[in-house]
Amino acid sequence: MSKFTHATIEKNSILLLILTLVAVSIGGLVEIVPTFLIKTTVEDVEGVRPYSPLELAGRDIYVREGCYTCHSQMIRSLRSEVERYGHYSLAAESKYDHPFQWGSKRTGPDLARVGGKYSNDWHALHLADPRAVVPESVMPGYPFLATTPLAQYDIENSLSVLALLGTPYTDEMVTEALTDVFVQQNPDEDYDDMEERYPGAVIANFDGDPNTVTELDAVIAYLQMLGTLVDFSTVERATLTQ
Amino acid sequence: MAASREAAPGTLSAASFGVGGLFVVGALLSIFIAANTLDNVMAFHATIFILFFVLGIFAIGKRHFDTLERGPEPASQDGVTYHDGPVRVATLAALFWGIAGFLAGLYIALELAFPWLNFDLAFLNFGRLRPLHTSAVIFAFGGNALIATSLYVVQRTCKARLAGDIAPWFIVWGYQLFIVLAATGYLLGVTQGKEYAEPEWYVDLWLTIVWVTYLIVFVATLAKRKEPHIYVANWFYLAFIVTIAMLHLINNAAIPVALTSTKSYIIWSGVQDALIQWWYGHNAVGFFLTAGFLGMMYYFVPKRAERPVFSYRLSIVHFWALIFLYIWAGPHHLHYTALPDWAQTLGMTFSIMLWMPSWGGMINGLMTLSGAWDKLRTDPVIRMLVVSIAFYGMSTFEGPVMSIKAVNSLSHYTDWTIGHVHSGALGWVGFVSFGAIYCLVPWLWNRKQLYSLALVNWHFWIATLGIVLYITAMWVSGILQGLMWRAYDSLGFLEYSFVETVEAMHPFYAIRALGGGLFLVGALIMAYNVIMTIKGHVREGEALSPAPAGDGQLVAVGAE
Repeated sequence: MSKFTHATIEKNSILLLILTLVAVSIGGLVEIVPTFLIKTTVEDVEGVRPYSPLELAGRDIYVREGCYTCHSQMIRSLRSEVERYGHYSLAAESKYDHPFQWGSKRTGPDLARVGGKYSNDWHALHLADPRAVVPESVMPGYPFLATTPLAQYDIENSLSVLALLGTPYTDEMVTEALTDVFVQQNPDEDYDDMEERYPGAVIANFDGDPNTVTELDAVIAYLQMLGTLVDFSTVERATLTQ
Repeated sequence: MAASREAAPGTLSAASFGVGGLFVVGALLSIFIAANTLDNVMAFHATIFILFFVLGIFAIGKRHFDTLERGPEPASQDGVTYHDGPVRVATLAALFWGIAGFLAGLYIALELAFPWLNFDLAFLNFGRLRPLHTSAVIFAFGGNALIATSLYVVQRTCKARLAGDIAPWFIVWGYQLFIVLAATGYLLGVTQGKEYAEPEWYVDLWLTIVWVTYLIVFVATLAKRKEPHIYVANWFYLAFIVTIAMLHLINNAAIPVALTSTKSYIIWSGVQDALIQWWYGHNAVGFFLTAGFLGMMYYFVPKRAERPVFSYRLSIVHFWALIFLYIWAGPHHLHYTALPDWAQTLGMTFSIMLWMPSWGGMINGLMTLSGAWDKLRTDPVIRMLVVSIAFYGMSTFEGPVMSIKAVNSLSHYTDWTIGHVHSGALGWVGFVSFGAIYCLVPWLWNRKQLYSLALVNWHFWIATLGIVLYITAMWVSGILQGLMWRAYDSLGFLEYSFVETVEAMHPFYAIRALGGGLFLVGALIMAYNVIMTIKGHVREGEALSPAPAGDGQLVAVGAE
């Protein structure tokens, strides 16, 4: 071996494998690792809390139906977007999102701040038959959400797993999860504890039937809280620097 | 993995019993899960697993007795007994899933133009069918084309039979199981909700087992090669296999809600999850849809053109530059988002640099035709391969342009991205795979020629017309929508409501569906042509084509 040439690599399959692995590792390491180490990557703002069990169930349905294939949840820091959708999205606002749902395509509008923009009734009607309220819409109808009872056997496990992954769910939140699911869609029940655990959660009889928790209840509860947790009138600009 | 030395390929060995034992364990675990789950989809998928393992055990036994009856496989002209059964299965699977994936794509394109086609049914809604389409074309069609060609090419360029005896079969059928689980899962609402990584945790685990086997078989085959040099196509295939393993493991890291539940939560969240997702997502493009298919190009183009690769030096520079730079490009999917600016800028910079190695590869592929350009007139298969390289050049120029933040502020979230992806997917990945399969089928089934080159010509022109309609429609709709979103009226208000921009898309969505339909028609013509070729027919009046034979010389050239 006088001199190292490319032929050396070409004649050694393991060397080729190792050098390839080195070459493809560097970019990811340099870009990804710092986002875990630099504290300002996720802004320090008040108000962001874990999803209530009903909202979480709604979010799981949002993921299940592939809503992200047409709706983003990420308002870019561009004038036209901020004017259309509201304050640009912060990293902090999706810090409890497993997985993130920023999306990549807007066949429909961005939903990052859809919470509170429409009434619960509007959502119920729109989800069942989008063209009944928006004639030009190309969205599929989801009438089955209103007739499908919400599967709840895994809700406590879901909260436990998310707690394991770093979401600040307390033991109380896990044990009360089933109760919290029910009271959030039945305002006649005593919902004070639930509201204390999940400040800002919308408590309402979303689908018109307070006795059965349906998938529609969950989806609307989720949509109605999207983007509502941070009060931007109290946020100082300096805290938003990443 | 390797068969023991005494046992002839196909007959039972210690390894066969080992695999059989693992299958029994797998079946028992599946039975346990099926019996204990409240999740209907998990029960259904566990049943499919049980079927797979039981059929697998039967197949190993049947293969043993068939081999004893039939005797050892004949060696090819160069004295090596190539293992081509799995390659044949993967080739046909690529065709089958390709047509299924194109059909799903056509259907969702029509849903966007005519939303009543969703029929208010959960399993037909766009949100569930779109991942079905993307996974079917990328992983089922593209993946099988890559597995088929890589397992073929590595044997020929190494002059060695595939390592392992059952392992190559396990790769191919295990991969089909992955596809079936992923696809049925999507229809039934089981998804992780990460683009191009939708399969849930247990399907991901299964794919990991299959993929690691694939990596081991590929490297072990390289290790037992009889040629001193590893041919350039194999560098690309190897980079593809090992990088996809890395991306898959990290992006899909998740904790299931229960062992008996289909549902899991990704361990990453928010901004880090977004970055990891697009690190994965863009390199699914870079390594699955580019490096792997460049491997295909580096074998089938020189082979079909009967010319050596244009430049050995260029292939070295282009290989290392491509794999090193690609991995950085992911953040260009997140411009102006909550991802920190430094990461966005880094992603943009590397995306622009990526233009150079991409065009290096294009030039190396195109110039391989030096002295054989006349074949473009006479051989529609080489025409398909060359046009695929041209589309590769076009979309790898468009990509860096779209990664520039100012351009991206207009193009992102619009159909321009969809058009860009499809010029790469239909033009590059589709055409290079079609070209490779047209080469492979006569070689694998020992036919002198394809059933019909005229039909290849029809396929080429119909599909090309389809691609042109598709991408031009998406350019217009994407740029139109991007401009409408940011249009202001004379009083300084946003000019259009969102739904006005949706309404404006309608004619382009119809044209796009027409383009996709033509692409599907082309693939159906191909399927007919391939079936007739396998049956041994030659279309009346088609003279014997001068297509080169399979097991010829195409090995690495030394550096010195």
